Amino acid sequence: MSTVAVLQGGRSLERQVSLKSGARVEDALQRLGHTAVAIDAGSDLVARLTDAKPDAVFVALHGRDGEDGTIQELLEVLGLPYTGSGVAACIRCWDKVLTKHLLRGVGIPTPDFHAFSETAFRELGAAQALPAIESQLHFPLVVKPAAQGSALGIKFARTATDVPAAIVSAFSYDRKVLLERYVPGRDLAVSIVEQDASPMALPVVEALPEGRDFYDFEARYEIGRTRFVCPAELAAQTAERAQALAVEAYRALGCAGFARVDLMLHEDGELFVLEVNSVPGLTETSLLPQAADAAGIGFDQLVERILAMALARVP
Amino acid sequence: MTGRRPPRSTAHDLERYAGLFAQRTKVMKSSAMRDLMALTERAEVISLAGGLPDTSSFPPDTYAALMQRVADEACARALQYGPTEGFASAAHCIAEVMQAEGMTVDEGELLVTTGGQQVIDLVCKTLIDPGDVIVAEAPTYPGAVPTFCSYEADVVQIEMDADGMRIDELEETLDRLEREGRRPKFIYTIPSFQNPGGVTMSLPRRQRLVQVAHERELLVLEDNPYGLLRYEGEPLPTLYSMDGGEFVIYLGTFSKILSPGIRLGWAAAPRPVLQKMNLGKQAADLCSSSMTQLFVAEYFASGDWREYVDSLVGIYRGRRDAMLEALQTHFPREAAWTRPQGGLFIWATLPDYIDTTDLLARALDENVAFVPGRAAYLDGRGGSSMRLNFSGSDEAAIREGVRRIGTVVAEQVALYGTLTGAAPAGGGRDSLPADAAPHPDGLAEVLELPRRRPSSRRAESDR
Repeated sequence: MSTVAVLQGGRSLERQVSLKSGARVEDALQRLGHTAVAIDAGSDLVARLTDAKPDAVFVALHGRDGEDGTIQELLEVLGLPYTGSGVAACIRCWDKVLTKHLLRGVGIPTPDFHAFSETAFRELGAAQALPAIESQLHFPLVVKPAAQGSALGIKFARTATDVPAAIVSAFSYDRKVLLERYVPGRDLAVSIVEQDASPMALPVVEALPEGRDFYDFEARYEIGRTRFVCPAELAAQTAERAQALAVEAYRALGCAGFARVDLMLHEDGELFVLEVNSVPGLTETSLLPQAADAAGIGFDQLVERILAMALARVP
Repeated sequence: MTGRRPPRSTAHDLERYAGLFAQRTKVMKSSAMRDLMALTERAEVISLAGGLPDTSSFPPDTYAALMQRVADEACARALQYGPTEGFASAAHCIAEVMQAEGMTVDEGELLVTTGGQQVIDLVCKTLIDPGDVIVAEAPTYPGAVPTFCSYEADVVQIEMDADGMRIDELEETLDRLEREGRRPKFIYTIPSFQNPGGVTMSLPRRQRLVQVAHERELLVLEDNPYGLLRYEGEPLPTLYSMDGGEFVIYLGTFSKILSPGIRLGWAAAPRPVLQKMNLGKQAADLCSSSMTQLFVAEYFASGDWREYVDSLVGIYRGRRDAMLEALQTHFPREAAWTRPQGGLFIWATLPDYIDTTDLLARALDENVAFVPGRAAYLDGRGGSSMRLNFSGSDEAAIREGVRRIGTVVAEQVALYGTLTGAAPAGGGRDSLPADAAPHPDGLAEVLELPRRRPSSRRAESDR
C-alpha cells in the first residue's frame, strides 16, 4: 500500500471544485487501503511534499497551476511520480489556441477560429481586423479566454455589436482570447483512461442543458441544472467516431493516464473537437467518473488505475 | 496499526443522496459567483465584498467585564434554554433601541431571533407557499435571495431610484399581479441605506407604501439593520412607526450596532403573525442564545450603548468619505455610484459592456474583491454593477482597494475603446446624489439605478 499526496484547492478560480475532487479521491484511496495526505496547494507546497514523502502524488488541482504544467514541472524537479499528463501535454491542453493548432495540424476537425493577445488589440490595431474575422467565422461566435478551465468568461456573440464586450470579458481571465465559430448541435464529452499503456475511450456523455442556450459553469458541477446522458443516445457509428477522434486528440497532445475530450456534434452530423482537459473534474457530477461508471469501472477502481500508472512511471 | 478507521467516503458522495433531496434544494444552488467569493477570503485580498461591521473597536476589557458579570449573576441561566420569544431583559433592550428610532413597541409583540436573517426565514416560513410572490427591491439584499429561493418563492423586483423603491412601479406591478391572479404575500424592503443600493426611501414614499399595504392588505417586511448608522441628514420615521401595528413586520438586529457574533436580532409584528413566527422559531431552534441575550442585557444596563454606536458612526463616516473620494479619483467617467447617507454599502455601476462577475476574476488577480451586482437580482440583471462595503476595512485599505478596482476597470474601458474605435476614457466623474432631499411631489424624478440590459444571453444563463 502506498502513501499518496492528494494535491487540491490551490489559487485557481476552480479551487472549490478541486477541493471536491480531492476529497473524493482521498476517500477512494483510503477505501483502497492507501494512506492519503491532503495538501492544499499553497506557498508551503514543497515543504509539505518533502515532509509527507509520498510514493506518488495525485493531482486533483483544476485550472491554473494544476492543469497548465506548473505543478507537474515542480513534481518533476522533486522527483515525485504523479498522476495524469506530463508537463508538455498539460501546456498543450491548457492553451486552447495551441491545442487547436496541433489538432488542425494532424487533421482532427476543430471549429474555425482566430486568436489574439491583448497586445494585438492594444498595440497592433487588431480591432480593425475584427470585421474580417467576423465575416470569415460567421455569427454567432463563441468568444473565450485561451486558457481557463471552466466555462467562466465564455460568451456568445450573436452580432458584431456583442463582440467587443465579449472580448473584454474574456480578457478578464487570460492575456489571449479565442474567437471560434459556433457549432450548433450536441455537446459531447469522451473521457479517456489508459489501459495496458493504451488509451481507452469511455462511453460518450452528452450534456443536455435544461432550458438553456449553453451549459454554463454552474451547471457543470451541481446536480439538477444540466442533465447528463451516458452513454449518449447516438448512432453506433457516431459514437465510435467520437471515441476514435477523442483518442486521436489524446495522442496528438501527448496526454498520459487520463483526460477528457470535449466535442460538438454538428446538426449535420460532423464532429469537432473543442478542447482537451488534462485534469478533468472528479466530483460526483463530473463527466469522467460518470463515463467510467457506465463502462463498469467504479470510482475506486478508476482511482486505483490512475494511481497505478503513476507508480509505474517511477524512474 | 490495528484496523483502518472506517471510511468517511459517504460524506462526500453526493450522488448517493441525490434521490433523497427535497425539490427545494434544486433552487439552492452553488454558483460560479459563490466559488469566486470563496477566493475573496484569502488573507492577501482587500475585500470590499463582505458586509462586516468593525468589531475591532469594541473594548476587550468591556467584553471581559460583561461576561464576568453574566457568570457571577446568571451562570445557570446563561447555560440554560430560554423562552422561544426571548428573555424579557433582552426585549427591554430592544424596546430601547426601537425607542431611539422613534418607535414604541409593546414588549409582548417582540420575538428575539438568531440574527436578523432568521426573521427573513421565519417570515417566509410563515407566509410563503411554493409559487407565492414576494415583492422586493431591485437590487435586493443578496443574503435574502437564497432564503427566498429555498421557500420556492416567485420574487418580483421593483426598480429603485435615489428616493428608494419606486412606489408607482410597485402599484403597477401589484395591479398586474392581481390581474394575473398571482398573490403577493409580502413586500420586502430596506428603506434606510438600502443593501446593496445605498439609497434611502423618501418620507412621501414611506407614507405611500404604508397606505398601499393598508389598502391592499399586504404585509411589508421592513428590514432596518442600519437605521442608527446615519452619517448625515435627518432621520426618517420607520414604516413600523407609521403603520399602527397592522401590516408592517419590523426586523431589527444588534449585528450592526453591537456585534454580529452574538447572533441576536428581532421581529416586531402584529400578534397573529408573531404567534405563527414563534411556532416557526420553536421548530427551527427552540430559542436564541441565552448567553448572548444576557450579555446584551448586561451591556445595556452597564452604560450608554449609544456612545458605542456614535463611535461607529464616526468611524464609518470617515470610511464612507474615503471610499467616495477614492471612487471620484480612480473610477472612470462612465461609472456612476450612489452616495449613501448611512449604512455600509455603495452601489457602483459601470458601462454595460463590463461584466462585473468577469471583472471580479480579474480583480482577484490584483487581490481586491467586491460583490458582483448579479448577486442582488433573481433575474440576471445587475451584470454591470457592484456592491462595495466600506465598514469592514480601514481608510487606507479602502483607498487602495478602490484604486486597484479602478485600475482594472480603466483597463477594460480602454480595451473596449480600442475594440470599438471609441476614444478611451479617463478621470473621475461626479457621483450621483443618491440621497438627495426628498421631492415635494412624492415621487422623485426618476434616477434609474443603472442596470444591464437583460437581453444578453450570458446574463440569462448566469442565474
